[in-house]
Amino acid sequence: MVLSPHSNGEKEVVIEARDIVVGFGKHIVLNHTDLDVYRGEILGFVGGSGSGKSVLMRTIIGLIHKRAGTIKVFGVDMDKASDLERRAVERRWGVLFQQGALFSSLTVMENLQFPVREYLKLSQRLLDDLAVAKLEMVGLDASVCSKFPSELSGGMTKRVALARALALDPEIVFLDEPTSGLDPIGAGDFDTLIATLQRTLGLTVYMVTHDLDSLHTVCDRIAVLAEGKVIAAGPMETMLKSEHPWLKSYFRGKRSRAGYQPQGKAMTPDVTI
Amino acid sequence: MVGSVSGEILLEDKQQGDRLVLAGRGAWIAVNANGLETAIERLVRKYPSVRNVAIDMAQVERLDTFGAWLLERLVRAFAKSGREANVTGLKEDYRALMDELRNVKLEEPPLRSGGQALRYALNSIGENVASVGGSFLAIVNMFGALVVALLRVIRHPRHLRITSVVHQLDNVAWRAVPIILLITFLIGCIIAQQGLFHFRKFGADVYVVDMVGILVLRELGVLIVCIMVAGRSGSAYTAELGSMKMREEIDALQTMGFDPVEVLILPRILALIIGVPILTFLGSMAALYGGGLVCWLYGGIDPDIFLSRLKEAIALNTFQVGMIKAPFMALVIGAVACVEGLAVKGSAESLGRQTTASVVESIFLVIVLDGIFAIFFASIGM
Repeated sequence: MVLSPHSNGEKEVVIEARDIVVGFGKHIVLNHTDLDVYRGEILGFVGGSGSGKSVLMRTIIGLIHKRAGTIKVFGVDMDKASDLERRAVERRWGVLFQQGALFSSLTVMENLQFPVREYLKLSQRLLDDLAVAKLEMVGLDASVCSKFPSELSGGMTKRVALARALALDPEIVFLDEPTSGLDPIGAGDFDTLIATLQRTLGLTVYMVTHDLDSLHTVCDRIAVLAEGKVIAAGPMETMLKSEHPWLKSYFRGKRSRAGYQPQGKAMTPDVTI
Repeated sequence: MVGSVSGEILLEDKQQGDRLVLAGRGAWIAVNANGLETAIERLVRKYPSVRNVAIDMAQVERLDTFGAWLLERLVRAFAKSGREANVTGLKEDYRALMDELRNVKLEEPPLRSGGQALRYALNSIGENVASVGGSFLAIVNMFGALVVALLRVIRHPRHLRITSVVHQLDNVAWRAVPIILLITFLIGCIIAQQGLFHFRKFGADVYVVDMVGILVLRELGVLIVCIMVAGRSGSAYTAELGSMKMREEIDALQTMGFDPVEVLILPRILALIIGVPILTFLGSMAALYGGGLVCWLYGGIDPDIFLSRLKEAIALNTFQVGMIKAPFMALVIGAVACVEGLAVKGSAESLGRQTTASVVESIFLVIVLDGIFAIFFASIGM
């Protein structure tokens, strides 16, 4: 909700994860790992398939229980917070799920208004106006309002889901593979969209992704998860310079050439399914 | 002064001749949006005569999409009546947001005419009637597809998915045995008890055996089993096929060159056609057993007398009538369940709707079919 001026100098930590352990049965996915996310940045979170990228995101937003560690969001310790405090924090973030997770029995318009209606008492006219405004911000228009999620294409679903994630003007948005399943042009548009929204709304973006193009074009900082730990975090240059074998093969491997070249030339589809 | 939300003033107005000066302050954010909206609407109505408007936003500390949209709406409201509104003093950070919202085009809501409610009602009646015909056609179509698939399987017996049939048989028949036995047993008990209670008044106790025997073997055994199977397995078929349809699994099968009817539907329906007669037989026996038990314990009719009386009361054809009906009813239940499953559209709600329709429709058709069979058997003297 609050649009703080983009702070210069000392960076404010909005998400602070410390010593997180998550496992399923005997399998330990996250092994004492730490992560900081700063206000106003776009953090790209990468790692091999099945390395637990989504698990860490889901742990932060409280969908998966952790075995140990602390998570502070906006300085609130999510384990010690009361229900009321936790709900207040939850209202300040929005989540874009991988498959969109739009409510299939509600229209696009109702999907967008659902969270707003729950938290705020607004007139129907204002709700309608804002839903259309949000749709236009994500590059759609009022014509999709009365459609059901099953009638939308993959790219439209992602956009509507993003609009819903933004419905309450969150300060943080979590994006789980936002460009997966989109064609390279659509993925590029989506990256631009995220960057634009980040600028206009002053968002902090936590983006789980495989898309090297997104990492190159929009991410301020990249965090890498491997072997259950965040092994590196920093801007793209740091990643490219690193001699860590995994980072080397990820960022300087065959498929990463598209990212290496000057922007807009190579268009290798880096779409992960 | 207007626009006070919980004591905090968000918008001040001052008139200078034909010029209106508005000053925003405080937090123009979601929680205050409701109050702000009423304030803005009141302002626009309050000054119909001013020529130009200046909105000073320098004192606004926070602005989000909600507040920004209301500001945009204020500007548009004045602009609509030909008056110019200038926004000044907006913080640099919020300018991009305002630019974004300035481009939002709202569509005028379509006008609703008075006769539309009636038209809507008539329309929905018409659609429902048409859909009855549609679903009848769909069932006939399914029968056709089944016959084609069956002929293909007969020509190439290797195409029959034996594993699938056995798996479905396990689900619909074997696992249903306990509940079917229990329910039919209880039904047998109840019929015998009611019969005894009323027949005793005429001293006709012993005819209860006739009633239980004929009723159970001809009608109730197969009907109860079919209703149970429709609720238990028919709904499961619809839900399974429906969710496969939703996740495009059926399309995937088709593109790989498989016929979904042959792969998914034929095994399911074969399992029902094999399973329902078996369940009917077991259910009828359980009902007779329950009837006999009640006759003995409640009516004082010895098991020996019950058995000899039963032998006189029923002939083989009484039993045959029930058993002949079973596979046809199984076919109807299976076909309806699969048709409804394939009719599922994208949403979770549609899955629920089709599952309900599947159960209701198949129970209805089973009863209609039973009536047709009754006429048929009566006319051939069975």
